[in-house]
Amino acid sequence: MTDVSYQQTAQTGEASLGDYFALMKPRVMQLVVFTALVGLLAAPIAVHPVVAFASILFVAIGAGASGALNMWWDADIDGVMNRTAKRPIPAGKVTPDEAKVLGFALSGMSVMMLALAANLLAAFLLAFTIFFYIVIYSMWLKRSTPQNIVIGGAAGAFPPVIGWVIATGSMAIEPWLMFALIFMWTPPHFWALALFMKADYHNAGVPMLTVTHGRTSTRKHILIYTVPLVILAVGTGFTSIGGPVYLATALVLNAMFLKGAYDIWRRDEAQAEADGYAVEKSFFKLSLWYLFLHFGAILAEALLPAAWGIWA
Amino acid sequence: MSIKAEHEIHQRRKGRNVGVGLMLAAFVVLILALTFVKITGGDFELPRVEETQ
Repeated sequence: MTDVSYQQTAQTGEASLGDYFALMKPRVMQLVVFTALVGLLAAPIAVHPVVAFASILFVAIGAGASGALNMWWDADIDGVMNRTAKRPIPAGKVTPDEAKVLGFALSGMSVMMLALAANLLAAFLLAFTIFFYIVIYSMWLKRSTPQNIVIGGAAGAFPPVIGWVIATGSMAIEPWLMFALIFMWTPPHFWALALFMKADYHNAGVPMLTVTHGRTSTRKHILIYTVPLVILAVGTGFTSIGGPVYLATALVLNAMFLKGAYDIWRRDEAQAEADGYAVEKSFFKLSLWYLFLHFGAILAEALLPAAWGIWA
Repeated sequence: MSIKAEHEIHQRRKGRNVGVGLMLAAFVVLILALTFVKITGGDFELPRVEETQ
């Protein structure tokens, strides 16, 4: 893209529909939709399919809106980091003002529509999640403390709670177990990414643990945070959302995850440089499967009794 | 260089307008379906006065 076309695009605001969609962080929306759906289906009260579909759609739109607001606020650092330099705003496809307007409009719309489709408590939780992600995480924590993703991870952990509340209209302990699973999973997941993204966060001035405490300390933190995660994930198998399928899945995945965290802790930078951060990259990849399969197992535990009822 | 009546920017604009139109139509259908489910699902049942008479 030439400078001339960049200016034309930026000034006339002639972005394509796909550019606006990219603002909404579709990959994050996938995770939100999946975990919210698991929360909804694991709840003890059945929801009409149309209500369930509409509610999950509005949760996804709310998540996408917060993604657009995050890109508006972080446009300056997104342009500096290799991983995010191609996002619509730093690439000059969408103006920051457009992202801001889209984000605020969709936030308001999604919260109001969720209140109408499901209930007020679910809508309040969605509004709080958007507020937490934008104000607490993006505006405050991200640029001020290495605990940014530890506390900010709560924003990504709310969707299963919202899903549960859509179905029941009230709170229970089970959705908070799902919340805790995502919350505890977030730090090791992002710290592994920070280890092999190398200078990205440093260049952008984001105080990730790798920047403020060094890489050796980050390796230790990954192992330290993985231990309570493993206890929580396996322990959930003995609650009402767990069961034999979940427990078997959790035992295998957590053994692998603990081994990965131990391997990361044992290595130093010279070893990691030598093999191109192979262990850190495979741990990051495993972390994606880890979360997906845990929630898949919770979903299986929720759906299998009904399926057995049909086969019997 | 000849002037083209249909510039690339027009195509992009058209694609965007069609996309927004389809999304609005889908939204209308969704609200219709949601309303139908809500009013037939017992959420808005009126008290049956005639049965008591």
